[in-house]
Amino acid sequence: MSSCTIPIANTRSVTGIRTAKLATWWIIGSEIVIFGGLLVSYLLLRLHNLDWAHDAAHTNTWAGAFNTFVLLTSSYFVVLAHQAAEERNGAQAYRYLWYTIGGGLVFMLVKAYEYGTKIHHGITLSSGVFWSFYYTATGLHGCHVLAGMIIMAFVAHAAKKGENLHRVECIGIYWHFVDVVWIFLFPLLYIAK
Amino acid sequence: MSESHSAHYNEGLIKKYLFSTDHKIIGMQYLFTGIFMGLTGAFMVYVFRMQLAFPGIHVPGFGLVSQAAYNALVTNHGAIMIFWFAMPVLIAAFGNFLIPLMIGCDDMVFPRINRLSYQIFFLSVIVLFASFLVPGGGFGGAWTAYPPLSAKAEYNLTPMGAPLWLIAVALEFVAFLLGGINFITTLMNARAKGMKMYDVPMVIWMIVIASLLFMASVGPLIAGAIMLLFDQFIGTSFYDAAKGGDPMLWQHLFWFFGHPEVYVVLLPPLGMAVEVITTFSRKKLFGYKTFLHSVYITGILSFVVWAHHQFVAGIDPRMANLFAITTLIISVPIAEICFLVMATLYGGSISFTTPMLFALGFIIEFIIGGVTGIFLGASGTDIFFHDTYFVVAHFHYTFVPIAVIGFFIGIYYWFPKMFGRMMDERLGKIHFWGTIIPFNLIFIPLFFLGMYGEHRRIYNYQHFPELNTPGLYFLRELATVSTVVMLAFQTVFFYNFVRSLWKGKKAERNPWKANTLEWVAPSPPPHGNFEKMPEVYRGPYEYGVPGRSTDFWPQNEPN
Repeated sequence: MSSCTIPIANTRSVTGIRTAKLATWWIIGSEIVIFGGLLVSYLLLRLHNLDWAHDAAHTNTWAGAFNTFVLLTSSYFVVLAHQAAEERNGAQAYRYLWYTIGGGLVFMLVKAYEYGTKIHHGITLSSGVFWSFYYTATGLHGCHVLAGMIIMAFVAHAAKKGENLHRVECIGIYWHFVDVVWIFLFPLLYIAK
Repeated sequence: MSESHSAHYNEGLIKKYLFSTDHKIIGMQYLFTGIFMGLTGAFMVYVFRMQLAFPGIHVPGFGLVSQAAYNALVTNHGAIMIFWFAMPVLIAAFGNFLIPLMIGCDDMVFPRINRLSYQIFFLSVIVLFASFLVPGGGFGGAWTAYPPLSAKAEYNLTPMGAPLWLIAVALEFVAFLLGGINFITTLMNARAKGMKMYDVPMVIWMIVIASLLFMASVGPLIAGAIMLLFDQFIGTSFYDAAKGGDPMLWQHLFWFFGHPEVYVVLLPPLGMAVEVITTFSRKKLFGYKTFLHSVYITGILSFVVWAHHQFVAGIDPRMANLFAITTLIISVPIAEICFLVMATLYGGSISFTTPMLFALGFIIEFIIGGVTGIFLGASGTDIFFHDTYFVVAHFHYTFVPIAVIGFFIGIYYWFPKMFGRMMDERLGKIHFWGTIIPFNLIFIPLFFLGMYGEHRRIYNYQHFPELNTPGLYFLRELATVSTVVMLAFQTVFFYNFVRSLWKGKKAERNPWKANTLEWVAPSPPPHGNFEKMPEVYRGPYEYGVPGRSTDFWPQNEPN
């Protein structure tokens, strides 16, 4: 950190929006097209392959629904963390960020249970194109959840010391995005039977 | 430069040149890596052009070209020239060097992400070279990597080369996503005081719009590349029609990226040409806003033309009509841009310096590339021309001006700022004519070969009786000899470049008497760029304003 002097460029804010927040939005923009490409591919193939509904019948809707609830709740905590950060209450932000990470952890455990039971029943990535999409989309999403949890742990660590509190909002925006991706995945992969 | 400032940025040599966060050093790293890759791609084209014109020849410096080597050379020539030469040089090198200087600040807003971007790019270069060394050799399924050829090792016979190639491309995408986010946020947030939206120099607009187009188009291909990797490694069947997948899906994902990519690489050299043409015709850019809006429209339209690459791939003919129409519409804003450049030249006080020659050459040759594209965008004629050398000649008439000539526009114009010395004008002009004449002699024959029905991606035309005629072989040899001549003339450039680094005339701050902010900084600019951060009072192209004693009016000069 000390090896790199903060450039004057980083202190400017011509748009009135913090550079970090701006960059977060652009990262999300680039992520939207990645998930967008994957989901549109899935949708177009699914429309041509109505028999995928037989495969889709085997997804665990209740596990998916529970995970939706968990993610939405964790998003609520990250909002509370943001509010605490706005009030410059680093300790409080730290606590709520860890509640959010806890939500992410529950989500990943349920995911692991789902994957485990599927693989136990012999349904793997190469069991058919529906399952390829199922594992690829939820796996890519899971990677994003995991990455979010790790970054959030760093942000929380700094927030506890009252440093870089603006990053709480950035990671919050990212977490909401991961949440919204799931809101698309859940109906497309779990509900549409 | 003030002492306190330089002490502030004092660094060791290794840190300064290898792990620097300074935008100019990162720009140089991209520049030299890109030039090295460009030479690699040039060597490849030399080898396979020799094989095409003189089948079975022991190519000097390479040896006998096997069929597998031929395929790998053609594939990697295309991929390298676009992903590892055009993009790093035009966007990353010039973007990194110019953006902070031209908008009047000291660095990018995320210097360490910038460094990470280059490191990932460098890794992609290593992975790409590794793909040649594995059993089976380098990937030979064309730079478009269509499945099932690319997806199945039993078809492409490169079980390791194909995935490594794909991973290298994916890493390159990541590098440019990181760099692009940096470019966009820097332009949005770090402009000098007083620099309004329409005071931004056109080349900066172009590089940032290119980054936006890249960001918006590459996502689906990243998803597609993940699916292709899974098809290669895990045995999924995303692109396997026999198992419920669809090989056409890859073509859609690839070209949804691939066509905007043309504009991603076109826009930066177009912006450079604008800077050079306004400076050396001492005139204001004609229609700044019209220019910018034409580029917006081009960018938006570029997302709805992709299927013109797939007219003969079995898409619905009604869809082909639609894409033919959008493709022809996109020539309207591009024509508008060309007319604006001509209007800028009209009545100007033109001086034919080397960068100006390259800028004019860029516009003229690109127009030929654009006009021949109309035959391919119209679905009827494309059925005849598809997959012939007409297509090859067409896109080289766009890509060579973009990547090669565009690179020379930038390097001849900004060399004094980058290295603090002037390049030799006489050698520059020899280099210009030695590049532009052979370039036309390479690709005009290829148009005719394409019209005679010569298909692409053929190892040896002696196996095709109707293509094995002396007349066609003359055209092939003409193209190959011209390639060798063009490559030979590049030694003039490298000689000029290296000699000027040490022996060139010292450059003053503003040798071209230009208006934009980079010319306010010392040549070369130190870490931190400006002694005093400049403020902006006007647009970048105020040349020949009546009533002033000088014919230029720098952006930072108070009234």
